Amino acid sequence: MLSIKNLTVSIHGKQIIKGLNLEVKEGEVHAIMGPNGSGKSTLASVIAGREMFDVDEGEITYMDQDIFDMAPETRAREGIFLGFQYPVEIPGVSIANFLRTAINEKRKYLGLEPMTGAEFLKLMEEKKKMVEIHSKLTNRSVNEGFSGGEKKKNEIFQMAMLEPRLAILDETDSGLDIDALKVVANGVNKLRRPDNATIVITHYQRLLDYIVPDFVHVLYDGRIIKSGGKELALELENKGYDWVKKETKTDTVS
Amino acid sequence: MNTMHTTLMKDKLLELFETEQQNIRGNATPMVNRIRKHALTRFKTNGFPTTKKESWRFTDLTPLLNTEFAFDFRNQSKSTDIEKIFTCDVYDLDTYSQTLLNGWLIYKHAPLTKLADGTIVGSLAKAMEVYPDLVDNYLGKAAATDQHEMAALNTAFLQDGLFIFVPDNTKVEKPIQLINIVNAEQPVFLQPRHLVIVGKNASITLVHCDHSLTHNISFTNTVLEVFAEEGAKVEHYKMQNKGRNSALVTHSFFHQKQNSRVSSNIITLNGGFTKNIVEATIDGTNCESEHYGLYLVDSNQHVDNQLNIDHRAPGSTSNQLYKGILDDEAKAVFSGKVLVRRHAQQTQAFQNNKNILLTDEAKANTQPHLEIYADDVKCSHGATVGQLDPDAMFYMRSRGLCERTARQMMMIAFAGEVVQKISIDALRARIQNMVEKRLKGELSICEQCVLHCNSKEPTSFNIDLSKL
Ligand SMILES: Nc1ncnc2c1ncn2[C@@H]1O[C@H](COP(=O)(O)OP(=O)(O)OP(=O)(O)O)[C@@H](O)[C@H]1O
Ligand SMILES: [Mg+2]
Repeated sequence: MLSIKNLTVSIHGKQIIKGLNLEVKEGEVHAIMGPNGSGKSTLASVIAGREMFDVDEGEITYMDQDIFDMAPETRAREGIFLGFQYPVEIPGVSIANFLRTAINEKRKYLGLEPMTGAEFLKLMEEKKKMVEIHSKLTNRSVNEGFSGGEKKKNEIFQMAMLEPRLAILDETDSGLDIDALKVVANGVNKLRRPDNATIVITHYQRLLDYIVPDFVHVLYDGRIIKSGGKELALELENKGYDWVKKETKTDTVS
Repeated sequence: MNTMHTTLMKDKLLELFETEQQNIRGNATPMVNRIRKHALTRFKTNGFPTTKKESWRFTDLTPLLNTEFAFDFRNQSKSTDIEKIFTCDVYDLDTYSQTLLNGWLIYKHAPLTKLADGTIVGSLAKAMEVYPDLVDNYLGKAAATDQHEMAALNTAFLQDGLFIFVPDNTKVEKPIQLINIVNAEQPVFLQPRHLVIVGKNASITLVHCDHSLTHNISFTNTVLEVFAEEGAKVEHYKMQNKGRNSALVTHSFFHQKQNSRVSSNIITLNGGFTKNIVEATIDGTNCESEHYGLYLVDSNQHVDNQLNIDHRAPGSTSNQLYKGILDDEAKAVFSGKVLVRRHAQQTQAFQNNKNILLTDEAKANTQPHLEIYADDVKCSHGATVGQLDPDAMFYMRSRGLCERTARQMMMIAFAGEVVQKISIDALRARIQNMVEKRLKGELSICEQCVLHCNSKEPTSFNIDLSKL
């Protein structure tokens, strides 16, 4: 579904991603872990289409299409969803209005009739239940005045509404209390289908108890330096990143 | 800067005053004529404001004065059947509307009407004959001709305009709508003068619309004086949608006694040259003075909003929120002054001006002036000039919105903060609709009026007009 080959990305001449490879197939869950500043959010942004980064080398294909030919909105309409590490506040734009516009622009792109107001409200109620949003949050402006946890929940709510094929969740678990963490994980699990895929970026093994990954990757200084199964996350939790760094060094030597 | 135009224009006006004196003085009261004389002297001395003056630094009148203007000192439109040239669907609504044509009040039955609740509405010229004491008590008391050159000019030539008197304890049920129409074959120079007196604990909503029916050059220099007596409540909405060849200078002077509430809302959707001067004198305790403005301008339009809030008494609150979106080479100027005098303790004064520039050529000048002489006050001010938030733009696009839609949603939301302050539901819905159309580019050159008054087609606004 997603194939990244030898990706090199820089900003203002500073290299951040330094030859990264990643293959994500339908039905899989990948976890990306790695120390602060290693390039995890940059990778996610480049996949979603943020234009401020310069792609110097490499390629990304999504569903066999060159992703760099697609505008961010096209990628979204083709099913890519990015759950932001820092969701942006948009004063004066209500979540309901925003999502209805997003859904209908996607439907238009896919050649479908726009969703009626009633259909939309029904869908919204359904998804609100799913991610356990009880409040009138959806009438409020997008993320404006939301607590850290509410912002993250709102990202999952939007993901549920948009039903993406490839969801990239950038530290959606950070700042969540334990109950909210379960709700978010639950939401992600309920949305899993054999034909979609999820990339979770996280610092905590805890999340992976709920969203069980097929692969865990360690991103370090712009490269994936180690990949493994879910047990790798546990090992990282116990031994820290230094252990991987050392191990990689010995690998290179041997 | 070409000062010749202003000098020529000044000389011409002074000469006109001499020859037309009889007509201009008309049936004005001796007191009004004394005020007039003083104002004329001010105009003789000060002339037109120039860019040397701080409050006109970024707004140059001189190019606008290089026109052979016609003046109407004799009410030549008197016999016009207004309904033949202008039908406004707002007439069908539940407002009490008054129309000025080329500066003169047009009426069907009587120039002055006493409504059932005792409110007097109609022509200022007539009011000077019928209620001379009332007029003498108020006229000129708020419009400071020593500080404001254009107000001095207006006062020197004042003849007609809207007069409203709301007796004490009277709540005027329907909004009173003033439609100011310019319709002339040649360039005209108009100076309407409005006087609104709102008695103790009385309340009124005033909707003030400026329209032009032709594409001709026009210069309108308006002075509105509003007196809010103790406990009075005044809501003032000013809308304009004029042709590109129109110049509009509008002074709104509010004089507030204790416990009074004034809110003004100035919406500038179109117009060639616009200067709004809003001055509120807070002359009593526990007053509220709220001033909102929205300007959406493009091409080479110029809009200048100047606010002066004078806190003369303790314990009152003022708030200014002006927002604008500028496209193409449009230019906006905002200058907001708050003066808190020594005795005005416990004053709260807030000011905010936000501008979004859509192009590199658009320009916004924003200047706060806070002069605070009291020590126990709460004041804040903020000003921003910027582009649409690129992070928000990417966030929206990453959810599937195209750039254009995302832009529009953000701009509509930005303007919405001011539109939300309109408390008449139907008017708010209409303005919201107009703003959306404007921002979606459907009305990029809107020569129609803001309320679609002149359109023969049924309006497609999805609102309940009966509420107005
Ligand atoms: N807009 C930018 N301008 C300059 N440098 C940037 C920019 N965005 C990211 N960087 C730099 O790129 C590097 C990688 O940042 P990135 O946000 O991708 O890290 P991360 O792995 O997501 O870290 P964290 O775990 O803290 O979220 C950092 O050194 C960061 O400072
Ligand atoms: Mg990050």
